[in-house]
Amino acid sequence: MSNESNLHGQPEIVTGHEVHHDEHHVHHHNETFITKYIFSQDHKTIGKQFLITGIIWAVIGGLFSVLFRLQLGFPDQTFPILETFFGRYAKGGQIQPEFYYALITMHGTVLVFFVLTAGLSGTFANLLIPLQCGARDMASPFLNMLSYWFFFMASVVMVSSLFVSTGPASGGWTSYPPLSALGDLNQGSKIGTDLWLVAMALFVVSSLLGGLNYISTILNMRTKGMSMTRLPLTIWALFFTAILGVLSFPVLLSGFILLLFDRNLGTSFYLSDIFISQTGQALPNEGGSAILYQHLFWFLGHPEVYIIILPSMGIVSEVLAVNSRKPIFGYMAMVGSLFAITILAFLVWAHHMFVTGLNPFLGSIFVLLTLLIAVPSAIKVFNWLTTLWRGNIRLTPATLFSIGFVSLFISGGLTGVFLGNSTIDIHLHDTKFIVAHFHIVMGVASFFGMFAGVYHWFPKMFGRYLNSTLGFIHFWVTMVGAYLIFWPMHYEGLAGVPRRYLDLSGWHNFNHFGDLNKMITVVSAIVFAVQLMFIFNFFYSIFKGRKVRHQNPWGANTLEWTTPLRPGHGNWTGEIPEVHRWAYDYGKDGREFIPQTEPVGKGESHH
Amino acid sequence: MEIAVEQTQQRKKIHPHKFTLWVAIGSIIMMFAGLTSAYIVKSNQAGWQTVGMPNVFWYSTGTILLSSLVMQMALRSFKHREMNQYRLLIAATFALGVTFVILQWLGFRQLWNSGVQFRGSSGGGQFLYVIAGLHALHVLGGVIALMVMSVKAFLGRTKLYGSVPVEMMATYWHFVDLLWIYLLIFFIWVG
Ligand code: HEM
Ligand SMILES: [Cu+2]
Repeated sequence: MSNESNLHGQPEIVTGHEVHHDEHHVHHHNETFITKYIFSQDHKTIGKQFLITGIIWAVIGGLFSVLFRLQLGFPDQTFPILETFFGRYAKGGQIQPEFYYALITMHGTVLVFFVLTAGLSGTFANLLIPLQCGARDMASPFLNMLSYWFFFMASVVMVSSLFVSTGPASGGWTSYPPLSALGDLNQGSKIGTDLWLVAMALFVVSSLLGGLNYISTILNMRTKGMSMTRLPLTIWALFFTAILGVLSFPVLLSGFILLLFDRNLGTSFYLSDIFISQTGQALPNEGGSAILYQHLFWFLGHPEVYIIILPSMGIVSEVLAVNSRKPIFGYMAMVGSLFAITILAFLVWAHHMFVTGLNPFLGSIFVLLTLLIAVPSAIKVFNWLTTLWRGNIRLTPATLFSIGFVSLFISGGLTGVFLGNSTIDIHLHDTKFIVAHFHIVMGVASFFGMFAGVYHWFPKMFGRYLNSTLGFIHFWVTMVGAYLIFWPMHYEGLAGVPRRYLDLSGWHNFNHFGDLNKMITVVSAIVFAVQLMFIFNFFYSIFKGRKVRHQNPWGANTLEWTTPLRPGHGNWTGEIPEVHRWAYDYGKDGREFIPQTEPVGKGESHH
Repeated sequence: MEIAVEQTQQRKKIHPHKFTLWVAIGSIIMMFAGLTSAYIVKSNQAGWQTVGMPNVFWYSTGTILLSSLVMQMALRSFKHREMNQYRLLIAATFALGVTFVILQWLGFRQLWNSGVQFRGSSGGGQFLYVIAGLHALHVLGGVIALMVMSVKAFLGRTKLYGSVPVEMMATYWHFVDLLWIYLLIFFIWVG
């Protein structure tokens, strides 16, 4: 099947005319507002839908963190305004324990899954895979549309859980049973957790539909000449991301299904010998194992953190090469390390379970495999730095965010090496050190990759530029702020401050962290405000930004910049261009850049 | 000339939709691999209770094996453009699929009435309901697709279509068949 028939939604009609590329795509299929912007099958529109939905979620999830930071920074102060907005959840202007746990749970779930998975992969896989591979659209535009709408339904269910009278799920983003399995233990474990599970199941379906399409498109729909080794690293990264998702999300789904049974039908997959003091009741469940849930959860959970980081790695590789006007250093090593990370990601999940009573010998194997991840990670860092080294760097906001990404990835990766040692982890597990580690290496770093991508491809998405001055402010405040927020948490964690506690006043030895916690809260609020500024920039620039006049504004080699300024459904008006070289011929033979579509000249040197 | 060349080039590649199906199958396999590993882990722990297989499952196994065979014949007659035969065979596959799901249901009922229920202590029975139930859901998905195909076949709108959808249907159907055989052997072996 060719790209052409695919676009017209009649995949099986094999006729002679499918090879006449030329007359297609000039005509528009009488699109209405609904088919063009809402139930669109155009991958570019679907990408924007993911992005904008992700932005909305990021505001909600980010706001939640500012609220619970208020509690952590100012535990004995009251904020009457909170009571005005949240009623009994903030009685007397103080965040109530149930509300606090609901906030951290939703913050984690929303940012990990809805923003940094759907909002990040969903946006850039949709936008870039067809454009950079040279395809008219995805292998199945229809499944692709469904992928978005399942995400949308997941979002609706998750939002609705915020409004039920017993409150949303509040057992942490990992939702460990027995807490998450028994409504008697906790308000949030009532209907809120069922809604959470249903939303997550819909989310898994969305991810799977998306992932299937991404893999199939990358492997089957590349344009002529685009061999796998000529693909830009963005595509390689998105490819491995999709593989991780397709193989690990179904296992999470199994875990959730068993949890739903335990919750609602009385089975004992995870529950055993439980006496509930609140109700004075002994449960009949026997033989269940809560650890089983942790295995099923982290079998996805660990790959999930790489699902979040890999797309950012790809974006950063591309943006750094384009903006240092140099070929990416060690292309094959970059692909190889992505591959190694993907394989290892499936083999290390138990490092989240070192203190569950895991057999120490088994633990030591997981220590070894976990520490091995440092090798491909270090290769990548080395290659990014060498790409920048003596480059002709253009400091656009996208470049800055990419450099910031590298910095954060180094800082957070180093603390991973501490945690990967099971003996050290006994002390650090469930402390603020963990919070610091994963926010720096995953949370903030992936956001930086995403920002880099948005600043870089905004001209392709909307035909206008984002405002750079606001971009620079956005970068510097976020960069400094992120370190100010998360760096001190390492010290708190080393001193033993536990995560997930809303009030530390019971520990006198933690009192001296009081001012530090206030500082962190204030900085969080500032950083959050700056994100709102970015969002303003985003929407303002869609309509009023400086217009893009040049087809290839960054002087980049990849195929997306050979499309018209505002490409229609089908991307290229004529034939899809043929590819003759890899994506990284920058600064070669005295030329600043050589697009992939340019045939290799006679006297040209090899890269 | 050029058309011919380009078409033979296309032929060599696997159809993207078929490829997507194979990846989806990999994904479904992971789901059942997760569940059956959970089963193994749990079966080594205290308080585990084994269950006997309801004997209705032997009939359902026969049914789904037969349905796979019929599906394969349907695909063959489609490729040979024997549309009348194809119509009957695809409808027969559909009917056998429905029969399989009903038989599974009867098997669950038999098990339930013999005292293997959800409440209380854990064991092979609870897993069996979940795992075989999820399998039946996947079969049901296939049954719906078969229904759509049969209806299309009887409405005679298939002339224009290539054989890809039928081939994909056959692939999926053999997959759920094999998956069931795997699960059956698994339950008997580890049970
Ligand atoms: C050299 C690399 C890394 C090593 C050795 C490492 C090791 C670990 C270990 C052992 C833990 C568990 C700590 C505990 O709960 O006691 C952990 C937690 C975590 N890591 Fe890493 N890590 C590394 C890199 C990364 C990367 C690249 C990401 C994400 C992109 C990441 C995301 C996370 C997350 C999200 C958690 C916490 C999950 C939770 O408990 O809520 N880590 N890391
Ligand atoms: Cu991990």
